[in-house]
Amino acid sequence: MAAGLRAGDFTASELLDAHLAAIRATDGSIHAWLDTDDAGATEQARAADARLAQARANGGTGGLVPMLGIPVGLKDLVLVRGRPATAGSRMLEGYISPYDAHITERLREQGAVIVGRTNMDEFAMGSSTEHSAWGPTRNPWDLERVPGGSSGGSAAAVAAWQVPLSIGTDTGGSIRQPAALCGIVGIKPTYGRVSRYGIVAFASSLDQIGPFGRDVRDTAMLLHAVAGRDERDSTSAALPVPDFAAELPASDDEAAASLRGVRLGLPRQYFVAGMEAGVEARIREAVAALAAAGAEIVDVDLPHTDYGLATYYIIAPAEASANLARYDGVRYGRSIRLPGADFIADYKETRGTGFGAEVKRRIMLGTYALSAGYYDAFYLKAQKVRTLIKSDFDKAFERVDALVAPTSPTVAFPLGARLDDPVAMYLSDACTLPVNMAGLPGLSVPCGLSEGLPVGLQLIGRAWDEGRLFQLGRAYEAITSGADWRQAGP
Amino acid sequence: MPSLSRKDVEHVAHLARLRLADDELTRLEDQLNHILDQYAVLAQLDTDHIAPTAQTIEVENVLRQDEARPSLALDEALANAPARSGDYVIVPPILGDAAD
Repeated sequence: MAAGLRAGDFTASELLDAHLAAIRATDGSIHAWLDTDDAGATEQARAADARLAQARANGGTGGLVPMLGIPVGLKDLVLVRGRPATAGSRMLEGYISPYDAHITERLREQGAVIVGRTNMDEFAMGSSTEHSAWGPTRNPWDLERVPGGSSGGSAAAVAAWQVPLSIGTDTGGSIRQPAALCGIVGIKPTYGRVSRYGIVAFASSLDQIGPFGRDVRDTAMLLHAVAGRDERDSTSAALPVPDFAAELPASDDEAAASLRGVRLGLPRQYFVAGMEAGVEARIREAVAALAAAGAEIVDVDLPHTDYGLATYYIIAPAEASANLARYDGVRYGRSIRLPGADFIADYKETRGTGFGAEVKRRIMLGTYALSAGYYDAFYLKAQKVRTLIKSDFDKAFERVDALVAPTSPTVAFPLGARLDDPVAMYLSDACTLPVNMAGLPGLSVPCGLSEGLPVGLQLIGRAWDEGRLFQLGRAYEAITSGADWRQAGP
Repeated sequence: MPSLSRKDVEHVAHLARLRLADDELTRLEDQLNHILDQYAVLAQLDTDHIAPTAQTIEVENVLRQDEARPSLALDEALANAPARSGDYVIVPPILGDAAD
């Protein structure tokens, strides 16, 4: 796409129009988008065309950044100045962002075209996008199934060819799980890799922003475009950001050859109870293919994996209950002031009617876990177990270069199937949330189909080692480029 | 693991500043207790000598120069306020009778 723009095969305006037309044609049934900013995006596309024309007149487009003129969708919790941002919640209905998020600024500087807002579970709490206050998103592969979540709109939009790239956030699997369920690529970068300035917060010690794309190279390009230090997010790391896409091998042969001698760990605890046989089969086939191409597969133990779910569902709700205390109806957002009532009653009414069921459940859990008398038993205990989970990974990475595992234990499930059973819904993220608790990067790449639906392979790396994950993901694409399942699509 | 009574659920809802309808309280009592049951596995682990992890990257004492710099214009900062008077946000009274 970037090459086509440079060569003048099509303009950024044409590219945008084609994608807006695709959204109009298919989004009535998918509902990946909450809105598109047609006027703003058209202006950005024209500006990109002007930069391209100027570069051509000045002797070449070689020096242009790859994101110039490329349409991108942003999850509905990324602030874009002058545009709404609701985080999928009635609590922020009518909110207009007064400033740009850091990643929005970065995308603007590079001339990317910001198409609009994608649907999500309310405040990023969920694994199906059914918890959006604005209605569910459907999986483009099967409209009766969920796209995963919480970044389900961003994943579905890329899978449905409505947009080539999008941004999501991942607190416990919210990029990787929908990437897997929609058959695309998604990465949760290392905690601290991308500034969260201007992103609606969920659980601050876990949240991280990351990209979706249809292949590894595109995804790598978008991560490079948004990553790096920003002093407005003091957890963003002052480390150099490699040009991930440029460092990938040019040919399939070269990519495949890079697997020789790589040590990959297979964590036995990730083949969890409740994993579908078809998913396990695809993962084991993918591992066999990596081994046949020269990777050394090593069985590893992550003995505290089974404690991950309970630990996560203490830490994340606790942090969320604190973060969401800001929604008090005073400075912005939904506000109900009952005549004659005291301010506590106003808060309760505003919050009781503004938050959806899952958000209330998590606030209640978190408030309880932090409340007097229970802090040690829950929150402190969970933080200690978090140390054990992190040290499992540290030990594994003494022996291997990366881990290979399933992304999700199941393929996309039917709409409504887990809506009334929070614990079943939480199990969707059993293989992804330990990675957040350890702050590590995790990449999900498509690895085949089960029951006609996509399965995702998760590659987990050391902190700041996204480059290696992209190399491995690209190598896996290369060795399976001729596979029949690669011909399938939504 | 402790279990939550209806009264406990009501108390937590008060702490969390959530007005919940009767049927919501009933459902939450059920669901929260089911989730708390899942937490019980953590009690199997001896963590007496384990340090807690609050964050995963070794960042500490991030400081910046204490200097004035441009910020949002007042109108932009106040644009989302539910109730406004001039350059101020109108807040509910928190002192006096209304807060008793």
